[in-house]
Parts: sequence; C-alpha cells; structure tokens
Amino acid sequence: MITQARAPAAAGGAPGTAPAIEARDLVKTYPKGVRALDGLSFAVPAGTVFGLLGPNGAGKSTTVKILTTLAQADSGTATVAGLDVRARAAQVRHAIGVVAQRSGADPTATGRENLLLSGRIQGLRGRELTRRADDLLGRFGLDGAAGRVVRTYSGGMRRRLDVAMGLINRPDVLFLDEPTAGLDPESRSAMWEEIGRLSAAEGLTILLTTHYLEEADRLASRLAIIDRGRVVAAGTPDELKGQLHGDSVQVELAEQVAAGQVLGALERVPAVRDPRVEGNFVSARADEGATALPAVLTALEGAGLSVRAATVARPSLDDVYLRHAGRRFAEADRSHSVATPAGGPR
Amino acid sequence: MTTIAAHTTWMTGRQLRAIARQPAYLVIMLIQPVIWLFLFGSLFRKVVELPGFGAASYLDYLVPGVVIMSALSSSMWSGMTVLEEIDRGIMDRFLVLPLHRSAIINASAVLQSLTVAVQSVIIVLIGWAAGAHYPGGAAGLIVLVAVSVLVAVVFSALSNTVGMLVRQRETIIGINTFLLLPLTFLSTAFMAKTLMPHWMRIVADCNPLNWALEAGRAAMSANPDWPRVLAQGGGLAVLATAVTALSVLTFRAYQKSV
Repeated sequence: MITQARAPAAAGGAPGTAPAIEARDLVKTYPKGVRALDGLSFAVPAGTVFGLLGPNGAGKSTTVKILTTLAQADSGTATVAGLDVRARAAQVRHAIGVVAQRSGADPTATGRENLLLSGRIQGLRGRELTRRADDLLGRFGLDGAAGRVVRTYSGGMRRRLDVAMGLINRPDVLFLDEPTAGLDPESRSAMWEEIGRLSAAEGLTILLTTHYLEEADRLASRLAIIDRGRVVAAGTPDELKGQLHGDSVQVELAEQVAAGQVLGALERVPAVRDPRVEGNFVSARADEGATALPAVLTALEGAGLSVRAATVARPSLDDVYLRHAGRRFAEADRSHSVATPAGGPR
Repeated sequence: MTTIAAHTTWMTGRQLRAIARQPAYLVIMLIQPVIWLFLFGSLFRKVVELPGFGAASYLDYLVPGVVIMSALSSSMWSGMTVLEEIDRGIMDRFLVLPLHRSAIINASAVLQSLTVAVQSVIIVLIGWAAGAHYPGGAAGLIVLVAVSVLVAVVFSALSNTVGMLVRQRETIIGINTFLLLPLTFLSTAFMAKTLMPHWMRIVADCNPLNWALEAGRAAMSANPDWPRVLAQGGGLAVLATAVTALSVLTFRAYQKSV
C-alpha cells in the first residue's frame, strides 16, 4: 500500500514536468481574526531549493504547516509531489520529510531510537531500516552519539538529527522551516553546507523558510518574498536584485534633520534615485554608486548637513524587501514582535 | 486494524522506554503505595472495631482502597506528557508522519493501563506479605486489577482532554491536587459506607472511584455478589468509553487548531 502511494509522487517529481509544490490562493485565518495567509500563491520546480523569505509573522510557518498536512487552509488549494494536500494527506505524508522550527525529536529517546521510529512509521522494516538509519547517523556525524538520549545533545546535534529524521524515507520533497534559527555561527555554516549537499542529491526538492536574508541568498535557487501573508516578489535572487537597477548608497548623518531638507539637497544630484530618509539614515539608488557618492556628499555638505559615514553596496535582498514591502526587514520583524507579543500563531 | 495495532505498539514502546530510563520515577511509584498502606493501616487500624464497619481486619479492607487511589494518582498526570509533547513540537512531528492518528491516543491509554496493572499487582503482593487476606481468591484479585485499569483509562483520558484543552501545566497540577483527596475520601477507600454521613453516601454513589472500589471489594469477598460486580464494573467501563471518546474528539479539535 505504501509503495503504491509513492508511485504518483515519483511521477510528479520528475524535473521539467509538474512543479513539486504548488500553492494557489491559500487563505488561513486563526481564531481572534489573525489573518496568517491572505491569498498566497507560488510554485516550486522539482529538484530545486526554493526559499520562502519573510520577517517573523509573515506566514512562512503557516504555509509549511498547510503544505505538510498539519494544518488546513480556509480556502485555496495546494499540491505537494503532485498530490492534493487535503484530499490525499496520507500519501503526501509518505512523500515528504519535515524539519520543523522546534526540534520534534523525543528528548527521552536516543538519536537512533528517534530515527528508527520515524522510519518504521514511514513503512521501512528490518535490515533496510537499520541500514538507512546507520547511513544517516554517519552522514550527519551522529554515529558517536546515536546511543545517547537526545536530551544530552547540543543544539547543532539536535538540528542534524531532525534533518536525518526528515530524510529517513528518502522523501521527494523536504521542508526545512527555519533550519538554522538559534544555531551558533559555526553550526549554521555546517548546516548550510549540508543543505547545499542535499540539494545536489538526485531529485530532492527543498522548501526552505528563513528570515535570514543571507541564508536565502546563499541556498535558494529561487525564492518568494512574503509579507503579511502574500507573495510580494518571486524569482531567482539575482533577478530580484536585478530589478532594483543599480547600487545602494547609504549615508549616516551626524544628526537627525527634517526629511524634506535632505530630499531637497539630493534633488540636485541627477544620478540618484528613490531617496528615503529614516531617522538620520539616508538611502538611495544609483547606477554607479561609487561615482555618485562624491556628488551626494557634496550636495549634503552644501546644504549644511554633516555626514558621519557613507557606504555603497551591491543590491541586497533587504533592498528587495524594502522595495516590495515598503519597510526594512528588521523593522518588519520588530513591528511584528510588538504587535503580537505572545499567543500569536506560531 | 493491523496498522493501528503496530503503530500503537511502537508508540507505547517509546513511552515505556522513557519510563524505564527514569529509575527514580519507578522507585517513587513503588514506594508511595507502600507508604499509604502502612500509614493508613496504622492510623485507622482500630476503625474496624466500630459497630457496623463490617470488616474483620483493616488491612484486608485497605488493600483495594490503596490500589484504586494509586490508580487514580498515577493516571491523572497523563495529560502532562501530552502537554509536554505538544509544547516540544513532538506531537506535530508525529502528525506530519503517516502515523495512524488513533495510535497517539491509544498509546497513552495502553501505557497507563500497563503501568497501573503492574502497580496494582505489586500493592496486592505487598498487602499479602503484610498479612492481608483475599478470601475471593484469584478471581477477586483479577477483578480488582481490572477495575483499577478502568480507573486509569477514565482518569488518563480525562487528564489528556484537559491537557489538550487548557494547554497549561499549572491548570493540570491545580485540578489534580484539588481532585485527588476529595475523590479518594468521598469513596469507601478508607471508610465503610455505613459509617459515612448521609450526604457523603450519596456523593460516593456518584463517584466512579467508588464504583471501582465496590466492584473490587464485592469480587474479593468470600461470597462474591457477581451481579453487583458486573453492574459497578460495567458502569465504569461505560464511563471509560465515554471519556475516551471525549479525548478523541478533543484530539481532533487540537489537530484543527494547529
């Protein structure tokens, strides 16, 4: 029964054919009227790493919950590995691996027991199961700790075990919900390398949610930026950054002044576009940032504004986010944590 | 059906291993009934001399009382485990696996039944070693263990329901400490019904713990009143079914709330 269930999944997972994940107009409202998803749509080509990028509360985890059959959308449809997540939930569960934000490993069981139980539930038996578990323990550097209870594991070890558990059934689609949240820098870069290796493995589609711009830029071949439950921009990281035309010019003023005064001064520099003032920070775009910068500084100094620091940068995903969501990433993160201090949708 | 059985077995095995790794828990589970047995045994030894008590030895009377009280006090914490697994994300991980949904609830009931059955047998043995008599023989003792298991099913399912509904460990702790002693003392666990005030007798009649005690004691007597055993035990079984159904409904509601 299990092998039959996987057959259509494999057919849907062939590269170049149907998308491995397709979400159409997903809407989800939590009790108390919190609208987590507001018509979210995107498609993930098979065999790629797709990043869902957005600040806290944007709807990333809710999307993953719906796609992994944990939650149901109020309206809209979604398919994973060619299977409708609502109508064929049981088959979807055989075709996917899930690494949730919080470690789902049982802390009172050993790493190996956790892996074996997941494998058994996925339908693996006997030698096939133990071989697969040993393989994964070795691959994730857990062979030494396999017989220890998970409670004694470090954060990085737990995360590696979570990924191993998600891979036990050789899924067609792997979901990684904030895989590096809360990890120290060393464990994070190790996890990045591992995700890079996984995506190179044959046929595996990975959906990765992150609120680290850097992580999306580095790992995802395509991404969707989501804000307030909607996709505000989608494409490859380069396409998204390319839409911005030019470099980002950022200037920190010695003191906060009226925005109009700054904008007035910058009007006199024709190479500069889209100037924005936030506190004593001024940002703008220019085709050749390095060339425009002296003119910007001259114009500001000419208006009696003293400059503390100035930088020119190639466009980043933060700039993309700013352009599409109308605010900076960190700002969106902060405003969410103020709006829903506790008890909001996880 | 075989899938449910296999999945329930794995999920129960997981929790049994967790218990086996906590020797302190096992020791406490064993020592506590012993304390009850000797504490109440010494304290109330002379109550059998009261006219109308109707038992020759207080220890004989006490063993079923401690068996049922211990069944209640160990199964009522079941909701804490469920709550912990929800909070840790373990529950959600099981729900994204192709695990038979009822295996999660079944495993909790099977685990509590096994634990309480073992606990009841141990208390009976300790009581016997201390000099208690069981005139009803093996049949009576089997009924006692069976009703203690039903008590465990009722109160673990109730505790799981509360755990999934309130999602707050403090509430479970509060409810449990509030319920344990009143439920025990508003039953014939330690005191014969004939010696209770009238209102207390009426309350005891509605107390499922008391149904278990009356069924157990009736079966353990020299001349068991089997229709009575069947009526009281049957009532308990019906309640166990109803509360289990309630916990299954709550579990479905939890799945929808994720």
